[in-house]
Amino acid sequence: MTAKTDRVRVVRSWEWARPERPARREVLAAVPEREEAKPPLLFVPGFGHGAWAFAEHWLGHAAGRGFPAYALSLRGHGGSEPAPEATLRSYTHDVTQVAASLPRQAVLVGHGAGARVVAHAMARYPVRAAVLVAPVLGGWATFGTALRRNPAGTVPAVFGAGLRLNRRQLFSRELPDADARRHLARLGRAGRRAQWQLLTGRAPEPAVGRPPVLVLGSPDDRVLPATALTRAARGYASAPLLFPGMGHDLMLDARWREPIDAILDWLDKDPAPTHG
Amino acid sequence: MSSSTDLGRPDPDRTVVPSRDDRPVSDRGDTVCVIGAGASGLTAVKNLREAGFGVDCYERETGVGGAWNWRHDRSPVYASTHLISSRPFTQFPDFPMPDDWPDYPHHSQLLSYFERYADHFDLRQHVWFGTEVVRVEPVEGDRWDVTTRSTGGYGPERTSRYAAVVVANGHNWSPKLPRYEGLEEFRGEVMHASSYKDPAQLRGKRVLVVGAGNTGCDIAVEAAQQASRCWHSTRRGYWYAPKYVLGRPADQVNDTLLALRVPLRVRQWLYHWTLRLTVGDLTRFGMPKPDHRVYETHPIANSQLVYYVGHGEVTPVPDVARFDDRAVELTDGRRIDPELVVFATGYLPRFEFLAGRVLGDEDGSGRPRLWLNAFTAGHPTLAVVGLVQPDSGIFAISHWQSVLFARLLTLRATRPELAAVFDRKVRAGLGERYSAKVKDSTRHWFEVGHADYLRALQRALHELEDGK
Ligand SMILES: Cc1cc2nc3c(=O)[nH]c(=O)nc-3n(C[C@H](O)[C@H](O)[C@H](O)COP(=O)(O)OP(=O)(O)OC[C@H]3O[C@@H](n4cnc5c(N)ncnc54)[C@H](O)[C@@H]3O)c2cc1C
Ligand SMILES: NC(=O)c1ccc[n+]([C@@H]2O[C@H](COP(=O)([O-])OP(=O)(O)OC[C@H]3O[C@@H](n4cnc5c(N)ncnc54)[C@H](OP(=O)(O)O)[C@@H]3O)[C@@H](O)[C@H]2O)c1
Repeated sequence: MTAKTDRVRVVRSWEWARPERPARREVLAAVPEREEAKPPLLFVPGFGHGAWAFAEHWLGHAAGRGFPAYALSLRGHGGSEPAPEATLRSYTHDVTQVAASLPRQAVLVGHGAGARVVAHAMARYPVRAAVLVAPVLGGWATFGTALRRNPAGTVPAVFGAGLRLNRRQLFSRELPDADARRHLARLGRAGRRAQWQLLTGRAPEPAVGRPPVLVLGSPDDRVLPATALTRAARGYASAPLLFPGMGHDLMLDARWREPIDAILDWLDKDPAPTHG
Repeated sequence: MSSSTDLGRPDPDRTVVPSRDDRPVSDRGDTVCVIGAGASGLTAVKNLREAGFGVDCYERETGVGGAWNWRHDRSPVYASTHLISSRPFTQFPDFPMPDDWPDYPHHSQLLSYFERYADHFDLRQHVWFGTEVVRVEPVEGDRWDVTTRSTGGYGPERTSRYAAVVVANGHNWSPKLPRYEGLEEFRGEVMHASSYKDPAQLRGKRVLVVGAGNTGCDIAVEAAQQASRCWHSTRRGYWYAPKYVLGRPADQVNDTLLALRVPLRVRQWLYHWTLRLTVGDLTRFGMPKPDHRVYETHPIANSQLVYYVGHGEVTPVPDVARFDDRAVELTDGRRIDPELVVFATGYLPRFEFLAGRVLGDEDGSGRPRLWLNAFTAGHPTLAVVGLVQPDSGIFAISHWQSVLFARLLTLRATRPELAAVFDRKVRAGLGERYSAKVKDSTRHWFEVGHADYLRALQRALHELEDGK
């Protein structure tokens, strides 16, 4: 990722002149039985994952604690329209479209490369708060780790094939094999251009509205090195919450309950915007 | 605070201080007052809240949306109104319109968009509906006394003191009506376009439409479809731009050229050439030749007018000279006998609650002298939002104006020296224009080119942050 651009952009002639193509998007929802005035949560899956990854545990759990919870599948993923030519901009568009369609100002929760998409979306939509879960913000260091830990799945991605993640990268040993296999079988792939942009694309612009940001992950994540997690958190002037022993897919791993409870506890404390 | 059905003022919870003439004034502390809950007022409330300010917004109607709420008495929209700026140019930059909406949404979609914006950001709790602002007076310490009363003049007046004021009262609700010799004697029906709501008003009648802004052109098209006869009177020739060119919304094609930094002259040439390829020379229909180049009058976006002229359903005629009891005499001496005359001659901005000099309009011309069309000299805690007539959507402009004002107010507290630099810029920049040359006409004094304007505003934002 290149240096952070810290200036507001007002003029966007290219974007106005070339609006993003609309796409049919899958949005899964779990809403609490009683309205409790808690902000809606929008979960944004990372590359290869779809809304299903959150429907497994987190959506229902969040709704059970009074949060209207939604998850979308970025175009080309899950039940959304196929989109082999998708770019990071298309994904960002998908997120802001769904966020703006929710009844109230939303909290965005991005996982993996979905956190990078959330970081872009935060410059285009004033989130109530943002949560970055095991955030893969991109750049060549991420690529280096992936290469070391999973060369067979990573090298082809450079040449435009899908990035393939393996069981050891995504889950801890505690997750029953059957579950792990079921999840792995559902993995898709991100667009070739989006994958490339994750490495080389422009850094996200500053967030609008200066929202509070929470970063969390596992020190034993085999996709995202602990140093990258710390760096990501420092970018938002905080330290990451850590869940040792878990794999990259915190929402699907055996102890999925701990991170989501930590997120909801943080939101229940109603974190203040970071003015300044 | 109140709900949307709650009329009237908050019970002042602050100290009550006497004003100059001994009226009680409730002190609202650091709260900012926003006048109007149309699109511009709503975005001001949102952006001030986002920057941490308390806000009281007063709206004389009973709902949000301003001009786009066509149930409002003063709404200028008619049943068929669709946007003239395509979606990407119209939406707020941080709250996209649904991407499955058409390129040019209908006015009812616009209203639902603003209502959703208000709900999404929980803005209604800050709005006092059915409450009209009648006076805004500067008081010591760059603060403001704002006097309100229930719309329609019932109930007592109440005055509150604010740290800052945003004027977002809109400029398309007070009709501009030309005067003509003999108009009083004319026996036909006469109306301003602001009272035109539904094509049924035209059905089967002989109709004269005066003016070729976007309103006049829309109404002439409806008259072509509904009336028994339609004359369209204009005092000059215009460039009637289609809504689509080269397979895309015309404004998107234009901004492609802007993004490529194609010079104005070349853009004008391309535009002429595109028109030549489609509708050709309009003077053959009896329309006057434009007395100006493309982009020198407020753009008309209407694909249908020329079509109906070509089908003989609209008869172009010159300016009106005078009226008598049963006919209208045109400047070429011709006489026509319409049953209904619709004046689509535009609107006038009005700021009755504010002394003209506060906005730099000493002689009451109705044309404030501002910098960035928003800031006035000597009153650093006042901003006008939405007083622009852009060649594109207005809402993004109102959004950024209010973002800039919120930043400025924050800096006044935290870095007063930077705010002072800004004040000097306001003085130096009064009356600055943000468009290429425009034709001198009553409506063009606040015309802005969206790219020029937003670039200037972006510069102001960056300089404010950099302390330049
Ligand atoms: C037919 C028509 C079509 C248009 N189409 C487009 C388009 O396609 N794209 C575009 O960008 N623009 C268009 N416009 C321009 C239009 O003016 C703006 O879209 C928009 O309505 C401006 O919003 P605003 O909030 O500044 O003003 P308004 O919508 O007029 O809102 C001002 C609000 O302030 C309130 N108010 C005024 N005075 C007081 C007071 N003293 N006390 C309390 N409340 C007060 C009013 O009740 C109103 O609700 C169109 C205009 C017309 C007439
Ligand atoms: N569909 C849409 O989205 C839509 C529809 C309508 C309006 N709008 C917007 O709303 C705003 C107002 O538009 P509008 O069309 O109502 O008003 P306008 O743009 O001010 O146009 C007024 C028209 O009347 C003419 N005129 C003014 N005074 C006259 C006089 N004394 N005698 C003869 N002709 C006279 C003007 O001629 P000159 O050229 O000489 O000034 C012009 O042609 C504009 O910003 C417009 O773009 C949008």
